Amino acid sequence: MNAAHVLAASTVGAGAVVAFWILAVISVAAALGLVLAPRAVHGAVLLAVVMLSLAVLYGVAGAPFLAFVQIIVYTGAVLMLFLFVLMIVGVSAADSMRETIRGQRLAAGLAGIGLLVLLALVVGHAAIGPAAPAGSNYGVLNVQRLAQLIFTRYVFPFELTSALLITAALGAMVLAHRERTSPKPSQRDLARQRVRGDHPAPLPGPGVYARGDAADMPALLPDGTPSPLSLNPVMARRRGSAIRVPGPGVPAPLPPGEPGKDGGPDAEPDREGAHP
Amino acid sequence: MIPGDYVALAVILFVIGAVGVLIRRNAMVIFMCIELMLNAVNLAFVAFARLHGTIDGQVIAFFVMVVAAAEVVVGLAILMAIFRSRRSASVDDANLLKY
Repeated sequence: MNAAHVLAASTVGAGAVVAFWILAVISVAAALGLVLAPRAVHGAVLLAVVMLSLAVLYGVAGAPFLAFVQIIVYTGAVLMLFLFVLMIVGVSAADSMRETIRGQRLAAGLAGIGLLVLLALVVGHAAIGPAAPAGSNYGVLNVQRLAQLIFTRYVFPFELTSALLITAALGAMVLAHRERTSPKPSQRDLARQRVRGDHPAPLPGPGVYARGDAADMPALLPDGTPSPLSLNPVMARRRGSAIRVPGPGVPAPLPPGEPGKDGGPDAEPDREGAHP
Repeated sequence: MIPGDYVALAVILFVIGAVGVLIRRNAMVIFMCIELMLNAVNLAFVAFARLHGTIDGQVIAFFVMVVAAAEVVVGLAILMAIFRSRRSASVDDANLLKY
């Protein structure tokens, strides 16, 4: 097996081997980062790193079509979808790394080591030899050969994927659709609510100072204290903000009926309607 | 291109993804770890296709990508529905069916 490796390495050229080792290190490190990063956004970016390195590996392995599909579909579409949903769910929500089930992390680690040993034994016993000589399937004709296969031998699974995609699109529409439980407030209702509320005038805007001009700077009241009304609650919740709106940095969970305040999917864009 | 090394990398990535699914509690991160596992399997498919000199493995990897894309769409829609009703993306909070 070792001799086979040496033989294969001598035939494939050093460039592919060097590329493999660099990308292998990068992708494994990024995958570990994905598992260990407390913030989901960092995990998404690290997952993009893994996917891009795998795309390059596909290219090295003689699958240029898959390399580009990997970049377009995975890195382009799937990860963008992940990031969009992360924006909706809340970027700043860091996962607490505290264990809720005692011994769960240890058990998970043991299970992972067991799985790794099992798979390593299987792969190690498989005596995977060097790659077969690349025929006309690889190289410039790769895309044509793939198309021939997809539209001849795999035409039925290919047609099934269309049904799958339509089902997925319908399912996403059904699941993401929100039934209104109360009638949509009209402009008249909103105006009345605002006049009857304790704040008929517009809320104060964020502060504009000589040293900072940003939406996360609170306006100052006449006595010099920052005004909590001038900030979007999402901004006020960020670290380093001058205002602590609900509590010490922890986003207060809202009751399910209340309209979203923190940029949720159903958050109304007007701050007037959201503040109590 | 040494298929054995590719398969070894795929095994490592798959195990990392599996451990991530087990230890993380944010549903988004769990989802991303599942994607990582799917990617690892794709890498193994491509490596085995290269090993045999055929490209059937590449076709299968292509289908896996399609299924993964559909799965992500539906899964993220479910996640958004859960988040909308519970204001949380943690899998610990969705425990109404426990016991």
